[in-house]
Amino acid sequence: MIRALTVILALALAIPAFAVEPDEVLDDPVLEQRAREISANVRCVVCQNEPIDSSNAGVARDLRILIRERLVAGDTNDQVFDFLVARYGDFVLFKPPFKPSTYALWIGPFVILGLGALSVFVFLSRRPRGASVQALSAEEEAALDDLLQDEGRAK
Amino acid sequence: MIRALAFLPIIVALVLGAFFYWGLSGDRDPARLPSALISKPVPAFDLPALAGTNSPGLSQADLQTTGRVTVVNVFASWCGPCRAEHPVLTRLAEDHGFNLVGINYKDKPEAAAKWLEELGNPYTRIGADETGRAAIEWGLTGVPESYIISGDGVILYREAGPVVGDGARRFLEALDDAMAGAS
Repeated sequence: MIRALTVILALALAIPAFAVEPDEVLDDPVLEQRAREISANVRCVVCQNEPIDSSNAGVARDLRILIRERLVAGDTNDQVFDFLVARYGDFVLFKPPFKPSTYALWIGPFVILGLGALSVFVFLSRRPRGASVQALSAEEEAALDDLLQDEGRAK
Repeated sequence: MIRALAFLPIIVALVLGAFFYWGLSGDRDPARLPSALISKPVPAFDLPALAGTNSPGLSQADLQTTGRVTVVNVFASWCGPCRAEHPVLTRLAEDHGFNLVGINYKDKPEAAAKWLEELGNPYTRIGADETGRAAIEWGLTGVPESYIISGDGVILYREAGPVVGDGARRFLEALDDAMAGAS
């Protein structure tokens, strides 16, 4: 039973690896490795939340083959990315570039963190510094003595 | 100061609420992508004619200096929505007088020719893109897709998906703008 489940699970997890089909793989392992790295960071324009590296969509396959062709032709990784961005826009990159239209995306979280830190700082600095100790009044002193003496007697 | 701070949570809630309302309202669909090629010249491509039809092939040069608004429609006989938009595009081309050209995407020529025989061939030119390579130059995400091209070969608009219903409404708005710009 458990063995059967393990096999099923292993097969289920193995499916993405099949997306790059054997006939696509380049003979040169270095270029193939680069192609895999590039396609892991390129979004499939059909399925959108999947990299083309693990997508079975037809366009994803075309793009994988195209990336390999360009690498074989001597393109650098950046040239391949530029080629794709020119046609499909920044959207195809899983890691968006740092430029004016994406400043809010990259810097926003830090601004919010900063605001949070600032408000914590303001909150803490406004709180009375150390609970101020007030001396007991004479009456309170007497009442306390009484209590303590009762305690002592009880023992 | 303290008094003003008491309103802060309400203000924050209102601002966030307005932002989320903006995000949810209208037909804002995050899955709809703007084409990277809008306002750019038509890409370089050169496709042979589709065998079995009378329409000549289609290349970049055929779109650069047409002097009139052209719609490039990417279609395939295996694509269901293409069948749905076909009569709409045919009628729009007649009514609005734009030049309708086609790119036949990853199709068997005989199947495509039969499809056009059955439904009618409204295209003045058809490029056969059997490998899908020219479609990548266009930044194609799926079929059907329709691009509105100005008379001097600039891509003005892309409708990803069939030109029916909401798609037709958006397409018509863009088409009217393009026609107004051309005249």
